[in-house]
Amino acid sequence: MITLADMLTVSGILFALAVAGIFLNRKNVILLLMCVELLLLAANFNFIAFSRMLGDLTGQVFVFFVLTVAAAESAIGLAILVVLFRERRSINVEDLNTLKG
Amino acid sequence: MLVEILFYIFATLLVAGALGVITARNPVYSVLFLVFSFVNSAAIWLLVEAEFLAIVLVLVYVGAVMVLFLFVVMMLDINLAEIRQGFTRFAWLGWITALALIAEITAVIWRNGLGGLDVGRGFVSEPANYSNTLELGRVLYTHYAYPFELAAVLLVVAIVAAIALTLRRRPGLKVQDISHQVAVRAEDRLRVVKVAAEKRS
Repeated sequence: MITLADMLTVSGILFALAVAGIFLNRKNVILLLMCVELLLLAANFNFIAFSRMLGDLTGQVFVFFVLTVAAAESAIGLAILVVLFRERRSINVEDLNTLKG
Repeated sequence: MLVEILFYIFATLLVAGALGVITARNPVYSVLFLVFSFVNSAAIWLLVEAEFLAIVLVLVYVGAVMVLFLFVVMMLDINLAEIRQGFTRFAWLGWITALALIAEITAVIWRNGLGGLDVGRGFVSEPANYSNTLELGRVLYTHYAYPFELAAVLLVVAIVAAIALTLRRRPGLKVQDISHQVAVRAEDRLRVVKVAAEKRS
């Protein structure tokens, strides 16, 4: 039988890899967005694991909302990225220093 | 036993896919690795009997969001060499952070047992006639009806925002301006001239 500890460990490894990905690909905005998707996926694993263990569907409802918000977030994020690329011809994070003063 | 073996296979593939996402040289490969990770996650969610969310993950994420990512990655002409420059500079920090996080999380789960929670207990299987989708819908449309509608509003706002952001007005494009057309008055366009009558020759 799959145990709670198995699920939480997988989710923890996924979360840690996504955090490492943010460090590794800190120049590429697309990769950063994808790492955020991985982070949200790891969080969803926890919600589902606890929902199944406690026999409470609220956790799965929450995953549903997280998926909705993540989809909206990536749609707007990619739209911003496209506009940014049109303006700057680059998606390098280091080029985005207009607000630095 | 079979379920456990499948779980470990899918979990290994999921972690391998996540590793591929963060280390792939080409962003297109990263997106494809992410698709692979999502498919494996959906398989794991099926194994723990969260069927509805597994299907939603495949349909919404693999089918829509990842295609959007792939579309954007392929549309943008990215200078890969510049992006990759300095990839290894803080890589050690990233890996150390990842290892520390994994060590902390596994220690909390396996050694402390989440403060007395029985983490080693397996998930109890639902009876054969149990429908995850039905039960989820029952909660979603009664108890969480307002949050559900708010989620719909959020998606509409996201659609409007995404379209409004990427909408481009090209100068010199010949398009109708309906409000301008409607606001036209007769005296702007029409001039009544008096012409003196002429004799027929």
